Amino acid sequence: MTHYLTFDHVSKLYRGGNKAVDDISFTVDQGEFICLIGTSGSGKTTTMRMINRMITPTQGSITLAGEDLANVDPVKLRRRIGYVIQNIGLMPHMTIQDNITIVPKLLKWSPEKRHTKALELLKLVEMPATFLDRYPSQLSGGQQQRIGVIRALAAGQDIILMDEPFGALDPITREALQDLVKQLQSELGKTIIFVTHDMDEALKLASRIAIMDNGQIIQMGTPNEILRNPANQFVEDLIGHERLIEAKPNVETVGQIMLKSPVAITPGKSLVDAIRLMRQRRVDTLLVVDENRHLKGLVDIENIDHHYKDATSVSDIMTTQVSYVNEKDLVRDTIERILKRGWKYVPVVNDDHQLVGIVTRTALVDVVYDAVWGDTDEPDTQSEQ
Amino acid sequence: MLTFLNQHGSDLLIKTWEQLYISTIALILGIIVAVPLGIILTRFSKTAKIVIAIASMLQTVPSLALLALMIPLFGIGKIPAVIALFIYSLLPILRNTYIGMHDVDPILKDSAKGMGMTAFQSIMQVEIPMATPVIMAGIRLSAVYVIAWATLASYIGAGGLGDLIFNGLNLFKPDLIIGGTIPVTLLALIVDFGLGRLEQQMTPAAIK
Ligand SMILES: Nc1ncnc2c1ncn2[C@@H]1O[C@H](COP(=O)(O)OP(=O)(O)OP(=O)(O)O)[C@@H](O)[C@H]1O
Ligand SMILES: [Mg+2]
Repeated sequence: MTHYLTFDHVSKLYRGGNKAVDDISFTVDQGEFICLIGTSGSGKTTTMRMINRMITPTQGSITLAGEDLANVDPVKLRRRIGYVIQNIGLMPHMTIQDNITIVPKLLKWSPEKRHTKALELLKLVEMPATFLDRYPSQLSGGQQQRIGVIRALAAGQDIILMDEPFGALDPITREALQDLVKQLQSELGKTIIFVTHDMDEALKLASRIAIMDNGQIIQMGTPNEILRNPANQFVEDLIGHERLIEAKPNVETVGQIMLKSPVAITPGKSLVDAIRLMRQRRVDTLLVVDENRHLKGLVDIENIDHHYKDATSVSDIMTTQVSYVNEKDLVRDTIERILKRGWKYVPVVNDDHQLVGIVTRTALVDVVYDAVWGDTDEPDTQSEQ
Repeated sequence: MLTFLNQHGSDLLIKTWEQLYISTIALILGIIVAVPLGIILTRFSKTAKIVIAIASMLQTVPSLALLALMIPLFGIGKIPAVIALFIYSLLPILRNTYIGMHDVDPILKDSAKGMGMTAFQSIMQVEIPMATPVIMAGIRLSAVYVIAWATLASYIGAGGLGDLIFNGLNLFKPDLIIGGTIPVTLLALIVDFGLGRLEQQMTPAAIK
């Protein structure tokens, strides 16, 4: 199978024998969001800039969309690769419209088409059309970088390179721009190679993260894979102890911790049946499901106690307003709800709204326990006494 | 004053015109040579140092000596004068062009290249516009020098306001000296002002 982007044993040596990139190989598929992260000088920028041939590899080959980059005209190549840098690099002497449409102009689009495109992109980032005639210096840093981002999309580039694009922005603006990029990426199906120093940023944005040190890729995987199985001490340090702890409940889905055989009853059953079942299974509530196991509601012993004289079937007295979670939800997202609201348990459904299990407060104890104690199988029992 | 103007009025106009004409041609030649040269030099930084050193040396040759040197080479008249002034105009333009182009923010150059501009497109669309204020400052400086030194050109028979001034010196007629000097100064001021306006026009609004 051929990948969209392939690095095959690529190295970059600078004069004086400095190996900025040391024999790296990896592949990227179309539509992926790859974050390159690592310490300063680890070769992230060098790796990224070899993709648009701003830097030529000393050894190895890079292919993009089936073409060996060594045989591609660098100028033409760059026009189909979006490029966003930390310092934004908007041209101070050009209006916003001219800035956005630099590449379309290089590609000789007509002025009308360029204008339409600039308007369309500005709308995409919710900026007023009046900005078109302004100069970059008349925009805030965050606004400028928004322009920097849409400029990289103006000619319909499929792949976009971003080198610490939000490093200089304040946290709130940075977060807004991260959301924007993530949204554009998934909506437009772009492939993004994104260099960052910021682990939170990488975890938030990346579909896969490549961790670099000393010109090499130490580990490459999804954020969850990296959080769950850091390859070595270096990666753990880069992620940070705090995040590793936090990550434990984060990576698990509700489906992984739920109890799988919830006690359930169909709506047509009589109250007598319901009570018998409760007694038998020693529970005080029953989930109500139809014959296809679709979750319909809930009855508890109080309902039955109040109504056993005037009602006959479960459907007459069941509560239909039941809170539930999806089995694919992350525990991280549900744990608070369950704990804070004091529920004894929450029903779990699948995508077809069929009851598949329940999460009890006791199950959550294990999750929190793991988070606190990490991977150590047993805490030192002596220190507990 | 009025008698002076009556007596020398038409002469004054002709001489001023000559001065302007010699200077302008020398300056235009200077721009045509020094601006592209300055731009090219930014691509060859080692050669740049040598070339700028040579241009600086030429600048230190006393102007009268340079004019005198022209005579054996090109004879007398307007052509040798223009050549000498052209040589003088080179350095400020060359140096400012080089510095202006060299100092364009490397991030902008990187950004231009990264978006797929050819080296020529980057120069025309990004670097020259960004360097315009510095280049124009060099041109203004050259213009003032050239207009002032064009006065000396009358020594090698190129005409201009120098004719009036040197006549005045020879004949001990202060009114001729003053009558020649004032227009030179005015001319330099006016041209400098005009170029200043031009610079404003050419500098993109946002980087003024
Ligand atoms: N033009 C160059 N000449 C010589 N060495 C260079 C050059 N550019 C980069 N290097 C070296 O290559 C190594 C990798 O640099 P690179 O810019 O790729 O690092 P980086 O991971 O992007 O770092 P940072 O996070 O600081 O941006 C560094 O040791 C750097 O000093
Ligand atoms: Mg870098």
